[in-house]
Order: sequence, then C-alpha cells, then structure tokens
Amino acid sequence: MKKIPMWRRHDRILGPDPKADVKAELRFHIDCKTEDLIARGWLPEAARTEAERQFGNLLAVEQAGERLGEHMERRRRVHEYYAESVQDARYTLRTLRNNPTFATIAILVLAFGAGLNAAVFSVVNTMLLRPLPFPQSHQLVWFTGGKSFDAKVRAAGGLSAETYTVDVLREFQRSNRSFQDVTAFQTFYNSLQYKLTSPGEPRQLDAVEVAGNFFPTLGVTPVLGRNFTNEETLKGGRPAAMLSYYFWKTQFGADPNIVGKTIDISTSPAAVNGPVTIVGVLPASFDFGAVFAPGKKVDLFVPAVMDFWKTWGNTLAVVGRLKPGVTAAQAQDEADLLFPELKLQHKDWFYDYASDLTTLKDHVAGKLQRSLLVLWSAVGLILLIVSVNLSNLQLSRAAARSKEFAMRRALGASRGRIVRQLLTESLILSLSGAVVGFAIAWAIVYYLAHQNSIALPLLTTIHLDVAALSWTLVIAIAVGILFGLAPALRISGANIQEVIKDNAAGLAAGRSHERFRSALVISELALACLLMVGAGLLLRSFLRVLDVDLGFDPSHAAAMQTDLPPATNNDQLVQRANFLKSEIDRVAALPGVQSVGIADMLPLDRNREWGLQSVGRYHAKDADGGALVYLATPGYLEAMGMRLVAGRDFAWSDSPEKQPVLIINQAAARREWPGEDPIGKLAYATGKIPDRIIGIIDDVHESSLEQNSSPEIYVPMTQNNDVEGATLIVRSRIDPAGLAGSVLATLRSLNPSQPATALRPLRSLVDHSVSLRRFLVLLVSIFATLGALLAALGIYGVISYSVTQKTQEIGVRMALGASARRVQRDVLAKTLRLAMVGIALGTVGSLGAARLIASLLFATSPWDPIAFAAMATSLTAIALLSGYFPARRASKIQPMDALRSN
Amino acid sequence: MEKTRLELFRGTLDILILKSLIWGPLHGYAITSLIRRQSGDALLVEEGTLYPALWRLESKGFMEAEWGLSENNRKAKYYSLTSAGRRYLRAESKTWEAYAQAVAKVLGATQPPAEETP
Repeated sequence: MKKIPMWRRHDRILGPDPKADVKAELRFHIDCKTEDLIARGWLPEAARTEAERQFGNLLAVEQAGERLGEHMERRRRVHEYYAESVQDARYTLRTLRNNPTFATIAILVLAFGAGLNAAVFSVVNTMLLRPLPFPQSHQLVWFTGGKSFDAKVRAAGGLSAETYTVDVLREFQRSNRSFQDVTAFQTFYNSLQYKLTSPGEPRQLDAVEVAGNFFPTLGVTPVLGRNFTNEETLKGGRPAAMLSYYFWKTQFGADPNIVGKTIDISTSPAAVNGPVTIVGVLPASFDFGAVFAPGKKVDLFVPAVMDFWKTWGNTLAVVGRLKPGVTAAQAQDEADLLFPELKLQHKDWFYDYASDLTTLKDHVAGKLQRSLLVLWSAVGLILLIVSVNLSNLQLSRAAARSKEFAMRRALGASRGRIVRQLLTESLILSLSGAVVGFAIAWAIVYYLAHQNSIALPLLTTIHLDVAALSWTLVIAIAVGILFGLAPALRISGANIQEVIKDNAAGLAAGRSHERFRSALVISELALACLLMVGAGLLLRSFLRVLDVDLGFDPSHAAAMQTDLPPATNNDQLVQRANFLKSEIDRVAALPGVQSVGIADMLPLDRNREWGLQSVGRYHAKDADGGALVYLATPGYLEAMGMRLVAGRDFAWSDSPEKQPVLIINQAAARREWPGEDPIGKLAYATGKIPDRIIGIIDDVHESSLEQNSSPEIYVPMTQNNDVEGATLIVRSRIDPAGLAGSVLATLRSLNPSQPATALRPLRSLVDHSVSLRRFLVLLVSIFATLGALLAALGIYGVISYSVTQKTQEIGVRMALGASARRVQRDVLAKTLRLAMVGIALGTVGSLGAARLIASLLFATSPWDPIAFAAMATSLTAIALLSGYFPARRASKIQPMDALRSN
Repeated sequence: MEKTRLELFRGTLDILILKSLIWGPLHGYAITSLIRRQSGDALLVEEGTLYPALWRLESKGFMEAEWGLSENNRKAKYYSLTSAGRRYLRAESKTWEAYAQAVAKVLGATQPPAEETP
C-alpha cells in the first residue's frame, strides 16, 4: 500500500461519505477481477460481465455496506463528541481551579438564584399546583353560604354567614343529585371545650367535631382502628374519638395498641364527661389545620352529634364529594335551584342558603394565588439578574482570555468548538450552583415548614420533592445556556487577527464589548428596580396595616383559655358569674397585673353573628340585621384596651333578673341609630326582651386588619349563658409571658381541673392575621436586597474592568496634568450615567408592573412616590458605592507605571 | 472455472480474513486471492459474503481501514489488523484447531470408544 498523494486526497473534502466509499471499494474489486480475467485471455467486454456475474447480488451487498458504514460513522461521531466533552470538562475544571474567586462567586450567585427558585417553587407547587392530599381531590367541593347577601353584609356576618344548620345539611344531603356524599364539621370549635382529665394532668385539647361520614368522604382512612360507627354519632351513643397522628405520637408515644383504650375527657358545657374510647388514629398525611384552619393543630376528632347541634344556628362547614363526571359548575347550577326550593319548604330557615360552590382546592389556595404569583415572578426576576450577572462575569473573564481563544481559532479550532467549550464551562458552573442551590432550598423549605407563626394553608406540608429537584436542574441548565451563550458567541465571533494584534485598549472590538457589558448592567439595574419598587410598595402597605387602629391594644396583654362552670338556669348563671368574678379578682391581684377580663371570643379570631334591631325603627324585610356577638365580663374592655366612647362598662351587678344590657360598637350605632345617641335606647338582640344599650365603644377590627369594622354587640356573661368558651385576658405592666405560671396557679387554686394551656400574647392574634402579608413582604424584601446586591456586583465588575482597560489612557491623561480627583470624578460620572439609564428604564417598567400588584396593596397607591423615590435613591447610592472602589483605584494610577507597562 | 467449493462454517471466514492480514495491509480483492492461493484453490470466498464480513470486522474494531494506492495506482481501501484483531485471531485459531482435531479424531476412529468407567 502506498500513501495517497496530496492532490488525490480532496474527494472527501466535504466530510466522510460512507455510501461513496462502499461503491468505490466494490468497483475496485470488480475492476481487479476483470483485469485478472483479461490477463487470462478473456475479451474485455466478456471479462467485465463475468466479473459482475461472479460477484452475485451487487446491490444487496452495497446496501448492507451502506448501512454498516452509516452506523460506524454515527458511532465514531458520538465517540468523538464524548471525547471532546471530556476534554472540555477537564479543561474547564483546570481553568476554574486557577481562578477560584471567579468560580466561587459564580457558583454562589447561581446557587442563590436556583435555591430561591426551588424553594418558592416548592411553596407554589404545594399550594397551587399539586392537588390536595386527598384521593380524587378534584371532586371535593367547599360550600360558602350567603351568596344572596351583598358583599358588605356577607363580610359583616363573619363565619355565621358562611355556615349551615344541621337541618340545611340534612335536607341538601337528601335532595341533591350531584354529590356522592356531603359532609360537615363544626366550625365553632370552642363551643364545647374539650379537656383531657386523665391520663396525665388536665390539659386543654384542640378537638374538632366532624360528621360521621367526614373521613370517608374526604377519602382519609385511619392508620389504626376504624372510623366512627353510626351508633357513635347519635345522641347517647358510646363516646368515641379519633386521634390525629401528631397527638398520637406526642401524647401516647405512638402506642400501637391505643385503639380500644379510653381516655377521660370532660367538656363544658357538659356533653361528654368521662371515658371516651379511642377508635382510630388518622394518618400523618392528614393535617386538618393545613387544609381547613391554617395554623391550627388538632389533637382529636369526635363525632358531631347532629341531634345536639340541631337546635343551634349556622355552625357547620360543609364539604361535598362530587359524583364522577359531575363538574363543580354543574353542582353550582343544581345548588342555585335547590337551595331556594328547600327554603320554600322550610319557612323556619334563617335565609335561603344560596351558596357558592368552589373546589376545595380553590377555597384553600384561591386567596393565595396572586401573592404566590408575585413571589414567583420576583424569584424569576432574581434568576434573570443572576444570569445577566453571570454573563457579565463570564464576559469579563473571556475578554481577558480573548487572546487564548484567538490563538486556538488560528490553530484550527472551529467557532462552534469554542462556543461548545464555553458552554461546557457555563454548564459545569451552573450544575455546581444547582447542587449548592438545592442545599439552600432545602434549608429555606425546612425553615418555612416549621414556622408556626405563618398561618398559610398547607405550609406545614411543604417539602422538596422530585418536582422541585427537576425544577432546580432545569433552571440551572437554562441559566447555564443563557449566560454562557451570549458571551460565547461574542468572543468566538471576534476578529482573530485584530485580537492577536490588539495589545492596546480602545480598539473597536473592545469598545463594542464594553457597550454590550454596559447594556447588561443597565438591564440588571432595571430588573433590580422592579424588585425594589415591588418590595417598597408591599413594605409600605405592610407598615400601613400595622399602623391600623385596631380598636384594642395588643401589647402587654395575653390570653389564656379557662374553664366555665355549667349554667343552664339563672341560679347557675349567678354561680358562674361569682366564680368568674373570683377568678378575675385573684388574677388581678397578682403583682404586675393591671386589669383582667373574660370573653368568649377574641377579635381577629373566630366570630359568630346574632341579630340586632333597634326598637321603634322601621326595618326593611331584607335589611341587614346581623351583628357579631361577644360575651364578656366586666373589665374585659379595659383589659383589651378597647375604648368606651360613651356610657359605662358592664358591672357585676348586671344580674340575670335585671334589665338585659348591651354594649355596641360605633358601626352598630351608625346602622341602628343614625344621627341619634343610642345610650339608653332599646334593641332586640339576645331574646324576646329588648336589651338596653349602656355603652358604645370605638370600632374594633374584628375579622381582619384590612377590612372595615362590622356592627358588634357585647353581651354581659353575667346575664347570658350562651357562651362560646371562655378566654381570660390579662393586661400587665410587665411582659405577660412571665406571668404564665402564676396565672395558671391562681386559676388552679380555684378550679383544680383548670387545664394547662399557654398564655398567648394578644400580639399573636395580630401576627396571625397579618402573617400572609408579613410572609410576602419578608420574601420580596429579601429578593429585592439580593437583586440590588447582584446589580452592585455587576456595576463593580463593569467599571472595574473598564478602568483596567484604560489604565494607559488614564496614565496619559494624568501625565498631561489631570488630577487624581478629576480621574475619580470621571469614573464616578460614568457609573452614575449607567445607573441613571438603568433606573430610568426600571422606573418606567415598574410603573407598569406596579399595577399588577395593586390588589395586594393596602392604603398605598401603586405609584406611591415614596416607594419610587426610596428605590431611586438607594439604587443610586448602591451604584455609586460600587463605582467608588474602581474610581479610587483609577485615581491611584501612577502615570509612569501605566505608560511603561506596555 | 467450476471448482469444488468448500462451504465455510460461520466464523471460519472471519479468522481466515484476519489471518490473511497478518503479513500486512491488504484490500478486499487481495484478501480473496490470498485465501484462494494459500488453500491451493480449495477455498473460494464469495464476494457477497466477503465484504459484509470485512465491514463487520471493521466495525467490531478488529481491523482498521485506510484508503491507499494499489499496485496499479488506483485508490483502494486497505484493511489492517488492530491489536484487538490480533488477540481475537490468536484465541480463535486455538479454538478452531482444537475443534478440527476433535472432529478428525472422531472421523478417523477405527473402533467404538471404550466403556466409560464411572
């Protein structure tokens, strides 16, 4: 075999061609054979025919050859690609090792971007995207009553306007066609106070009463034991309870033989007193609080005895499971017809119970949607800033390496090859960032899931899962490509000759390079603007919310649940009043205590509604006559810090035989006695006998800090026995937390069975109420800070680089007489120019984007000048600060050194 | 031209091809003629089986191919042994010889085998 001479090698100049190779090889064979035959005396024509005949099926062989050839070619290419990738990866690791500062910064920046995104994604995924933790959860529908009321009345009605009576539930269960089953739980959890009396020392239990079919309808099966039997849900049936997984673990040490054992429970008013059999334990995956009552931890579930609740008002929250194939909209249509029809048959119903039917998922997460989307967009912006920042870093590094790349291209590396190498670099960085980012996400999610003060539904159930992991990876890879591609294309496209020659700054390529980098920094600043304006607006709203006059003073006051002696007649009511009075007197005598009072429900907590109609005034038939009702003892208003604007507080002398009295708030006064003084007037509220108004208090924010107050009435506990539990309020000069022990001891000395409960600061009610806002503000502020820091890093990078590039130029200028201060000022001016353009663009963008979060703002305009001004000043300051260091460096340049260095 | 053709057992062709390359690179036509001459015209390798076998061996990495110039100054595809091919050839030749001997023993036997003693 001889080597092919140079000139004959060019028939494969366009790359390998296995098909042509096969043809050439076979033709060569046939030619050889023909020549052999001719040498043996055959005629040329006959020889060729014979050679072809001997070969047999030439086409078939050719085809087989082509197939094999293509296959080999493919394999070879894959192999080469792989080998090159390994080469690139090795090379990348080597260069990164030589430049650990860059590697660390890049990986950390990426880790924060990816980590925050993964964490927020987990939250969004849990609350919005993933179905609720029930089988076929899309079939579950939540009922909200009061559809026929107007929005204001509905809000004023509180829970009572959204819930149902036993009779309504039963009728609907019987008549509907859309649902497999309809179930309910009792929303006034504290109507019966559950107390564990044995084993252990008495303690308050968080119990929820549920209909017998509650767990089967939700599709929750107990991990131990069974669901309630029908007999257990009837009046006089054997008392039974199911434990929450959490309670089973903590109180009973996960005793596997718990089913069948009894615990002693007492309730007040007495519905159960004595042994209750534990019939089942619920699975860990079922968290009642996470779905139905954010922030609540439930210990046990007991059957709601419907015959007991039958005589009560609206107390049941209703959930239904649709039949397969029925949509929520169809069920809504049916309900719209059915409820008015049922009302016609039942004249005694309070109203027609027209209801809004929403999927349980929407009920749970609907309110969060906008906030979470804002959060999601905010982390998205962070991610954009991260990629722009990394582009910038990569670009400045690449500029330093431009000679290396030019050399490689001159030596024959294709442009694609260099782009690939730079992309490999970005991908390795972003994957490392993803790993660290995942750790960060894990930490954040762990923190959020264990944050009991944030009352967000399902928050306790968030965790990092495969979806979050894939999300992190997708993000990391996308960012890697995004931030790797732009610089890679720019660098590899540079003119080789110029770069190799280029040893002075200020050449065309250098200039366009700098323009590109400036554009990146400007966009970074603009994105940071968006974040900062968003954070600023939300923060302003949050401060406004905290500034709201609550109508009571939550500082230095705390609440503790207490026992109530039963009272079904007037004598018992007097005894109860005496008992409460002695409790209050004893606690008030404790050192440091200022005032003490008791009420059944607290503002910003749960509430209920009764009617309120002033005597002697015309009331339109469909006029709103509801008022939120609170039963309180004398001293409660003072202990809460509520302000009496007219009249007097309750007195212990307001006994059951005397004229029933009421205290109302100003909203009630405005509605029932517009333009009059209600003191001394009569109104129907508590029963057949009209009550006399003895006092008016300032409006109290009873359901939310962000809604106006509804009409309220305060009824003396000394005259009315219809209580919803009892909570003792202690106002003290010192921090109430220190009083917990002595208050409990005092209550125990009067009532040995007083359960051990926490002394809850009133502030926690407010915190609970603003927790969503706090959560949002906290996260968005963190994002904005991070965004600003990243932008600062970007500015620093660009300015610092341009100073390095212009060392010589600056040297010349200084040699010609420019002062150090002048040089410094020029650099700062350049920084300022960048900042101004960025901020101007960002402001324009923010003006548009702010409208999108307008619905999340409270008493703050989306174009709030203070938020915008604060953003502009702080970003300018940050920009100047990050330009200051390079500027100082520029002013320290020694003209002689600079000129000599080249 | 009709000669008795010995059917080649599957796998035998592979080692014959590899063996023919032991003295240096050859193109396909040269491989057939080498095998023919070496076997005293007893073994004729058909083109229809030769080329697929060559390509298969190449793709398995037992041979490498390179374009070069033939004796008559034409471009031809030359095959040469790789070290993997050499190893394979050595191992396969041993197996083949053992096989041939065993077959020869059976065919050359003049009396039935002795009774096996357990």
